[in-house]
Amino acid sequence: MLDAEFFRRWMTATAASVDREAERLTALDSPIGDADHGSNLHRGFTAVVAALEKEPPGTPGGVLTLAGRQLISTVGGASGPLYGTLLRRTGKALGDAGEVSAEQLAEALRAGVDAVMTLGGAAPGDKTMIDALVPAVDALGESFTAARTAAEEGAVATTPLQARKGRASYLGERSIGHQDPGATSAALLIAGLTEAAGE
Amino acid sequence: MKMLINVPETVVADALRGLAAAHPELTVDVENRVIVRRDAPVAGQVGLVSGGGSGHEPLHGGFVGPGMLSAACPGEVFTSPVPDQMLRAAAAVDSGAGVLFIVKNYTGDVLNFDMAAELAEDEGIQVAKVLVNDDVAVTDSLYTAGRRGTGATLFVEKIAGAAAAEGMPLERVQAIARQVNESSRSFGIALSACSTPAKGSPTFDLPPGELELGIGIHGEPGRERRSMMTSGEIAEAAVEAVVEDLQPRNPVLVLVNGMGATPLLELYGFNAEVHRVLAQRGVPVARVLVGNYVTSLDMAGASLTLCQVDEELLRLYDAPVSTPGLRWGM
Repeated sequence: MLDAEFFRRWMTATAASVDREAERLTALDSPIGDADHGSNLHRGFTAVVAALEKEPPGTPGGVLTLAGRQLISTVGGASGPLYGTLLRRTGKALGDAGEVSAEQLAEALRAGVDAVMTLGGAAPGDKTMIDALVPAVDALGESFTAARTAAEEGAVATTPLQARKGRASYLGERSIGHQDPGATSAALLIAGLTEAAGE
Repeated sequence: MKMLINVPETVVADALRGLAAAHPELTVDVENRVIVRRDAPVAGQVGLVSGGGSGHEPLHGGFVGPGMLSAACPGEVFTSPVPDQMLRAAAAVDSGAGVLFIVKNYTGDVLNFDMAAELAEDEGIQVAKVLVNDDVAVTDSLYTAGRRGTGATLFVEKIAGAAAAEGMPLERVQAIARQVNESSRSFGIALSACSTPAKGSPTFDLPPGELELGIGIHGEPGRERRSMMTSGEIAEAAVEAVVEDLQPRNPVLVLVNGMGATPLLELYGFNAEVHRVLAQRGVPVARVLVGNYVTSLDMAGASLTLCQVDEELLRLYDAPVSTPGLRWGM
């Protein structure tokens, strides 16, 4: 079973990897976006860690809804509402339980990903974070490591796609040949699960 | 790349402190990033709130004041502001007559303003929205996030601002703002890429002998790259793109807008060419604005916006305005 402490470790691990990879995310965002994905997410997850330290919620759902609210309030751009909604809706789906199973997490994360698709209007294949998140959720029933691998493969698989959502969509065919920065950061979030679990 | 900054992290806050020092007629909340006209809320008037990423100055903070915006929310450079900012702005300017959000069509701006509208309505503030999407360079908008919002934002903010100043109700101000957007089209040209403070170098590579047609205002490359053209040839391409799409039958407002690093000498020369091509095409010109209004940091280049006006829109455009970036009649 996974307790609030696991979810805090998940967020902290994600914040650390966003810190580590911020420059790479910004570099990926440079040719097809506006070169700020790394710095924006870094600002957001720094605020998430600070908020979780200040008033640590006692439930898994509480950790994720607080983290989501922080991202909405600090990131801006499209990633703020999209990542914020992902975590908030996942947290809400977990409810008030003090501990949740891996299956419950997989189910809740699917609800979160659905909410992101509704909000942003993106579907798999549009070259967005969805391309990492959907395969990750599908593999989550197996193991955290399987989800991590699926997310990372999903991110790499965005390279040959033409963007249809977000700022990269304005480039048309010229967006082809670049890995999507949103899918890449989504893979970092999923990788955080394996770190929290010590896998 | 040399920049007149301290560190990238404080660029927006530093600019806001400077704006406050230059314009005591504005209330500038540097910490929460909200710029409000000092006399807000104005009794009986609809509040106008806009915002977006920083780096497009004077848009939007420079358009706050009597006759235009009631408040503006600047985000990080090229990044949409967050809902908390818009909620604060809405609360500061709502006199009970409601608030109009003026939103440029970018995914981030749309999502954050949508969330802010929900929060504001929860607090009992009546909110209406208008989406600005005037950029004709986005041709296959069914397969993208839709046309971008660029130069027409100035016309929407000016004309809707005048409507609000006359005391028109929220639905009417919103309808006028929509009419202005639907009557406007834009096209942008880049001669160089811009450099964001966070990256410190150009966001895309544009060789000396080439230009980009159909660029956006966020350093995103355009849809087509060509060998360098003359001002007259660029004006022909821009006017053609805009007029083909707009098909104006009435006189137009013309905005020849600098992207940040193009001198007025060049912009006025470009304006002369734009007028030549408009005259050839038989498009009458009602008013002209030449200058840096919707910029993209240090990008060289220009954009052309035409807005087809009827008598009412022209009267509202001519109405007095007093803001840091636009001022006439008072």
